[in-house]
Amino acid sequence: MSRPQSIVILVAVVFLLSPKPSAQTPVPAERLLNATKEPQNWMMYGGDYSSNRYSSLTQITPLNVKTLAYAWAYQSPNAGSWQATPLVVDGIMFLTQRPNDVVALDAATGRVFWMYRYDNSSDIGVCCGSNNRGLAILGNTLFMGTLDAHLVAIDTRSGMPVWTTKVGDSHLGYSLTVAPLAVQDRVIVGLGGGEFGIRGAIAAFDAKTGKELWRFNTIPGPGEPGHETWEACPPNPTTYCDPEAWKHGGGSVWVTGSYDPSLSLTYWGIGNAGPDYNGAQRPGDNLYTASVVALDFDTGKLKWHYQFTPHDVYDFDSVQVPVLADITFRGAPLKALLWANRNGNFYVLDRTNGKFLLGKPFVRLNWMSGFDSNGRPIPTPQPPGMPTYPAVQGGTNWYSPSYSPRTKLMYVSAWEDEGEIFGGVPVEYREGGRGFGGGNLTLFVPSASDPTKIIPGAPPIPNLRRGPINNWTDAAGHGAVLAIDPNTGEPKWRFAMYDVTDTGIVTTASDLLITGGREGYLQILDARNGTLLWKANLGAQMLNNPITYAVNGKQYVAAMAGLTLFVFARP
Amino acid sequence: MKRGLVLSSAVALFASASFVSAQNPTIQGHPEDYPRVDIEHGARLYAEHCDRCHGANGDGVSGVNLRSGRFRNATTDQQLRTLITNGFPTAGMPAFTLDPADLTGLVAYLRNMNSVDRGSLKHGNPAHGRTIVETKGACLSCHRINDKGNWNAPNLSDIGANRSAGSIERSLVDPNSQMWPINRPVHIVTKSGKTIDGRRLNEDTYTVQIADEEGRMISLNKSDLRQFVVSTKSHMPSYMDELTPDELADVVTYLLTLKGM
Repeated sequence: MSRPQSIVILVAVVFLLSPKPSAQTPVPAERLLNATKEPQNWMMYGGDYSSNRYSSLTQITPLNVKTLAYAWAYQSPNAGSWQATPLVVDGIMFLTQRPNDVVALDAATGRVFWMYRYDNSSDIGVCCGSNNRGLAILGNTLFMGTLDAHLVAIDTRSGMPVWTTKVGDSHLGYSLTVAPLAVQDRVIVGLGGGEFGIRGAIAAFDAKTGKELWRFNTIPGPGEPGHETWEACPPNPTTYCDPEAWKHGGGSVWVTGSYDPSLSLTYWGIGNAGPDYNGAQRPGDNLYTASVVALDFDTGKLKWHYQFTPHDVYDFDSVQVPVLADITFRGAPLKALLWANRNGNFYVLDRTNGKFLLGKPFVRLNWMSGFDSNGRPIPTPQPPGMPTYPAVQGGTNWYSPSYSPRTKLMYVSAWEDEGEIFGGVPVEYREGGRGFGGGNLTLFVPSASDPTKIIPGAPPIPNLRRGPINNWTDAAGHGAVLAIDPNTGEPKWRFAMYDVTDTGIVTTASDLLITGGREGYLQILDARNGTLLWKANLGAQMLNNPITYAVNGKQYVAAMAGLTLFVFARP
Repeated sequence: MKRGLVLSSAVALFASASFVSAQNPTIQGHPEDYPRVDIEHGARLYAEHCDRCHGANGDGVSGVNLRSGRFRNATTDQQLRTLITNGFPTAGMPAFTLDPADLTGLVAYLRNMNSVDRGSLKHGNPAHGRTIVETKGACLSCHRINDKGNWNAPNLSDIGANRSAGSIERSLVDPNSQMWPINRPVHIVTKSGKTIDGRRLNEDTYTVQIADEEGRMISLNKSDLRQFVVSTKSHMPSYMDELTPDELADVVTYLLTLKGM
């Protein structure tokens, strides 16, 4: 593999002409620990280590939000869905654009200070586009994962690379699309590549040198606890069974984890098992796929796990950000882990020990009928040809929810009433080979003449990159923002959207809820009751997490739609 | 870079072996899964595009027997479509630019070569089909094809690229079953009392776009509407008893030739 090369483009003229940014100081670990005390900044993917995506900024309120107006825009030169969450530190915005560019901009004007371009090797393999979800910052260094599975450290002031470390083999299908998590002296990332037959991992690296400190394999090997859940094949299988399924069992990690300094634990959601749909060739529960793992921050050792979807055959990645909230649950204080899972259930776990406390469907589902006393779902596989709910895109997915300590509600971008006809197909692993999915999938769009039947022969619905026409309408599923009460699992309110939504949510201390959707509307709701307060048509689907920040005392709202980052503020 | 990646993956699909091994007894797809008209359409396309190398019996390339209907490296129909679309350059197989309707037909035929006698397949007469569309069928009283016809129903000028043969045939005998949700008829009464009937073109949370009966494009805010009814019943009649099986086959064959500009 050729060594990646970097190109730094210093836009010196722009730098000189731009207003002087506010005082820029390094971001030592203490600032990250106390990120909520700097609401003007957005210093990590989830806003703070609890991934609440809650900002204590209050300048924009339900009363004055109607005056929100266009401030500036920045356009990515590179086509494709833009899933990144920007960082903002002391007036400077750092964001990634496809495939692995980093741009530093004036967060008040959008003018560019520098751009770093990482050249990926030619043998990259990514299932779902050249996505990158953002950066981490620590000290004077930014950290970015690359499509060819390297971790790159970049100087915040110059845009020059400091070190590069190989995390996985891209020719085997490993990639990094996740925004890293920087904590204390280290940077943690997870490896993606679930549709290429990878064996996933979460790894920590020394922030100064890039040296690997620990690695947790999301698929346990022989002798490791959990390996027994990759069961031996029966003696005479009636269908293809892979005796070495664990070696390419998936368990990718592609959305950032959380961190609880009081417990010294870092929490990460793990992706689906591989192959995605043909469970018959990988008997067993297939730990730690479709699970959350709590790892000791110092050692990377597993403290506990909870598997949301044992023996997943629906691609129900558990890659949602782990939301840490200290709540009153059934009358007692609880260090909770709140999770709206792709499998359609909302969960409350005790994050000190992983104990299952509550699980409740938040969308229509039929793949399971309930939970046993240990919180294990009772599976109800649907007959061949009949739809499973939710569909392969899930009840929600990788875009982030928000928890507001003011309203004590968990806000989730949901896909409702979408069903899929799943069918497993045997697939043999080939090194680095694309197409390790193992299934025939048909979105269930009911025919007008018979709602129990699909429209036969119709082309499949595009999922992640649909154009501006909603061909399938709400007959195939629709979106909503749900405000879920963690004590009951029931939505307190529901904001219905006609189309589905891949936009995350941010809430504020003035009870604003900021989100978007496939339709391209940036929408601000009242977090207390779901009333629409303001909207703007940004002209393309929003596939990312909006943020809010402030520069020189002025609050901004930033969100990408299509290839454009739009920033709004009050005049 | 991305294009290179796709090509190399396609090579990998075909390179290691052509057939499903005995270890993989389960294969999706048998003749009942594929409409007869799709297989027939696919047979025509096969003769046009594939015969030259693979031969009429599917065994023209050494070590490859298409008549097995099973492809080790293209287990799903989607993978087979990808393989045809990307080609197999290192073995000399070019990439084929086929529209979704043609890919559906070709895959249906490839999956059924082992049980279908190509000589027995029916071939509709497209010229006769066109005559039926324009006269007896009265299709252009609602639909438009190129510069002829009306605007009430979806434009059919590229129907042969977007709808499979099976879907077109079913649409003729059971129109409701094939109507895409977006095309459903709408009946609207605005708060100012205006009534609009038409066909839906697009819809979102706040607005709806329709074509009215004269084909005018109208965009409305839902908050301005008193009544907004979307019907699941197509206005199109069934031709099951109106046309003979041969006439239906002719119409399907003609409509499949409509590929747009």
